[in-house]
Amino acid sequence: MNSLATLLICAGALLALVPTALAPIGARAGRWITYGGSLLVCAFACAMSIAQLLGLTDGTADIILPLGLPWIGARFHLDALAAAFLVVVNLGAATASLYGLGYGRHEADPRRVLPFYPAFLAAMNLVVLAADAFSFLIAWELMSLASWGLVIAHHRQAGVAHAGYVYLIMASFAALSLLLAFALLAGPGGAYAFDAMRTHRPDAATAAFVLVLAILGAGSKAGLVPLHVWLPLAHPAAPSHVSALMSGVMTKVAVYAFVRIVFDLVGPPLWWWSIVVLSLGAATAFLGVLQALMQHDLKRLLAYHTVENIGIIFIGLGLALAFKAAHMEWAAALAMTAALFHVFNHSLFKSLLFFGAGAVDSATGERDMERLGGLIRRMPQTALAFLVGCFAISALPPLNGFVSEWMTFQAILLSPSLDAWALKLLVPTVGAVLALSAALAAACFVKAFGITFLGRARTLAAETAQETDGFSLAAMFLFASLCLLAGVLPGFVIDALAPAVRMTAGGQMPTQASQAWLSIVPIAQSRSSYNGLLVLVFVSVSAGLCAMAIHQFASRAVRRAPAWDCGAPDPSPITQYTASSFAQPIRRVFATLLLGAAETVDIPAPGEMRPARFEVLIHDPIWETLYAPAAALVGYAADRLNKLQFLTIRLYLTLVFLALVGLLLVLALWS
Amino acid sequence: MELIGPLAIQGVHMTLVLALAPLLTGFVRAVKARLVRRQGPPVIQPYRDLWRLMRKEVVLAESSSWLFRVAPYLIFAGTWVAAALIPTFATGLMFSWSADLIAIIALLGSARFFLALAGMDVGTSFGGIGSSREVMIASLAEPALIMIVFSLALLAGSTQLSTIAGYMLSSNVGLRVTLALSLVALIMVAIAENARIPVDNPATHLELTMVHEAMVLEYSGRHLAVIELAGQLQLLLYVSLIACVFVPWGIAPVGAGPLPHLLGAVAYVGKLAVAGVIMAGFETAIAKMRVFRVSAFLGAAFMMSILGVLLLFVSRGGLR
Repeated sequence: MNSLATLLICAGALLALVPTALAPIGARAGRWITYGGSLLVCAFACAMSIAQLLGLTDGTADIILPLGLPWIGARFHLDALAAAFLVVVNLGAATASLYGLGYGRHEADPRRVLPFYPAFLAAMNLVVLAADAFSFLIAWELMSLASWGLVIAHHRQAGVAHAGYVYLIMASFAALSLLLAFALLAGPGGAYAFDAMRTHRPDAATAAFVLVLAILGAGSKAGLVPLHVWLPLAHPAAPSHVSALMSGVMTKVAVYAFVRIVFDLVGPPLWWWSIVVLSLGAATAFLGVLQALMQHDLKRLLAYHTVENIGIIFIGLGLALAFKAAHMEWAAALAMTAALFHVFNHSLFKSLLFFGAGAVDSATGERDMERLGGLIRRMPQTALAFLVGCFAISALPPLNGFVSEWMTFQAILLSPSLDAWALKLLVPTVGAVLALSAALAAACFVKAFGITFLGRARTLAAETAQETDGFSLAAMFLFASLCLLAGVLPGFVIDALAPAVRMTAGGQMPTQASQAWLSIVPIAQSRSSYNGLLVLVFVSVSAGLCAMAIHQFASRAVRRAPAWDCGAPDPSPITQYTASSFAQPIRRVFATLLLGAAETVDIPAPGEMRPARFEVLIHDPIWETLYAPAAALVGYAADRLNKLQFLTIRLYLTLVFLALVGLLLVLALWS
Repeated sequence: MELIGPLAIQGVHMTLVLALAPLLTGFVRAVKARLVRRQGPPVIQPYRDLWRLMRKEVVLAESSSWLFRVAPYLIFAGTWVAAALIPTFATGLMFSWSADLIAIIALLGSARFFLALAGMDVGTSFGGIGSSREVMIASLAEPALIMIVFSLALLAGSTQLSTIAGYMLSSNVGLRVTLALSLVALIMVAIAENARIPVDNPATHLELTMVHEAMVLEYSGRHLAVIELAGQLQLLLYVSLIACVFVPWGIAPVGAGPLPHLLGAVAYVGKLAVAGVIMAGFETAIAKMRVFRVSAFLGAAFMMSILGVLLLFVSRGGLR
């Protein structure tokens, strides 16, 4: 049996879990069936996709199911690109289900989560497998709706309903854009199957429209600036394992849609396309991390940070476009590998961090970092896993985040060989922005870990927190170890991605497994190489040597005492540094200009009894300049049109008649 | 057999940087003292300090966690490995290919990550203020460094430090505006990263002006010794980096005999001494700036490094 059929059956099995979750069984049984079932199915699907990616199984034949449009049917196809993304989807889904087994216990109303969860997983699988526009869009909409149901699971909490509303609007907008993009690709003949789209290439103007629509559609799902506004609202609102899936996996499905359309369906790219993608990617990376730094809600910080990582991925994709348009397939392969590697990496560490945030949330009932602290003593294992995630996402060696960013830098360094002058100058500038966002990301995660887990507990809830359950810990440590493995043995990941890269970029990086000492060498040994394994060994050996020498020669005496704090320690934990004070220097340097951050300090005169006040106001320029006017316009128009709701039947009939005449006139003039 | 040579060089190199690091700090202090006509401590005072700290007991804050005790070793290890990968007296380092210049910078970033976390571990406001300012400085210094690497890599066609050094030694470099901009930017970044005047003052314990010292305020005994040594190592590392890239003369090429290596070592010590004198003179002549001026200082370094990269495309002389 071929692997595509197996994967489709997996998706069907996931869908079959939906009615089970609705059946009148106990909360405990429902949890076990839904999450346990999803875990098994997704783990199996993940294994199948890995086997397919490595070429161990054969699943390249199309499957056409007699559903959907009668003259097309529902087509499914499994190629290397789909297999690579299916690994990401199903690995994330299986681990989130494992986490859900433990975390789901804290769910007050499981019926609001359980039915949507397997539908969401199945939809993400189907989007990647779909091979015609119709089934792609159906699966895409199912994915949006199922995740929307999960976002508003706790709809009575403040802000959740609003988040769900904004998400719904943006999701409809994304679907509309994709619909138009596919319509342009299909042409007047209505060739909705992907195979048919590949055979007739659109002309340059149509292709450009398709690119813009793909950016609007896939980009708004992925969280590309300025279409990201829903993301930091909706991702944190969902239960934590769903947040992990939305941030770690669903954004990657959106990246898949972009890659599928722009690198596969639309045909050879033009050089200026990369300018659009690179600029958007750079803006996304920088604004995302800057906004993340300003947050003190742990999950919202992580959500904003997803925006940054999407920017990094799109920088890689933009570079790949630039090189591909310049017919430098080997360079395009490097950039594409970097982007896909980052897709994989981000799905690992962002899910891990959301799991950690969920564990903190369920242990303390708090997501606000200003009310946490000192959790490293109460929840040591969660803290360790979270620390690994923070280290990896900050792009620090020897973990995995560094490898993909390093490869992106190596691709940027190839920019002199590009022909177009605009690109020659733009690419290094994008490199500067990328370096800046990487450094800010490290700052952001020093803050996230330091304020939440280090220091002293700021509230009673944080002081009495209990370590989370075994399932959650297993999920977190699975991803933490994968972060380490992908960091020290990146060559295997690069080789595994090679078929997908060959398919999209047209070229291939040198085979890495044959390199000496398992180093990775993007182009040539004399040009650049990196060996995460050796770096890890060196650091561990040096740290070990140092510790040994210290314990040999130094005094071993240890005395516990109150903190020194320059001689004036304050016993109250409120006097610690807070999240917003930690971000203050960066806020002043970067955000004053970009986000209009302003501080107001109100200190009462001597003798006055009122408390001193300190307030930070941060604007969201994109919301204020783009979305607020649009919303106001829609509101205004709706108010005016409201009159039409209260007409008599005769007037309605007249309106219908006039509309018909108008349409016929238009039609007559058109032809 | 052919492994033994590079391995020996690597070993000697690692011990050398470790042994010289406190000496450089002591030398700078001594020169500074002489410049302001003080007697000053002897040059070997940092060694004595380290030894003294090692023999003392550790006073751990009650609210500190395991991270606080592990961090010094990780910081030291990260810095030492980074220092071990920068050629000092010979380019034939055994493991120079395992991490290129970008990875070396990121390794220093890893060390800084743990240092900043350690500053926040005890939960005092001084630790927090130090960490917060440190990450602000790093958020500008690191991209500037990466841009300097870009300039060098675009010129030499490689991010490998030994290849860059080899390229700078060759005759086809010439005088380039980009290199001048990169050198100035690199020096500015080095000042900031090593907590030197005018960005930070290593000698101060005046609360609101300190950055690095505030982070390590709670450390004592052997932990403090390790952190101090890591700091001295980092200073040496930056001087070596500048020396290796911008004044590589005297450095022994791959496969050279013992005599060039000896010459290389002498030249290296000479470069360190010159750098120490310049640094001491500079620090004596200038005052520390306000914390929020640092962003302008480092922003200038960042802009210069970007300008350096962009100029490469405009200037004559082909890129590789």
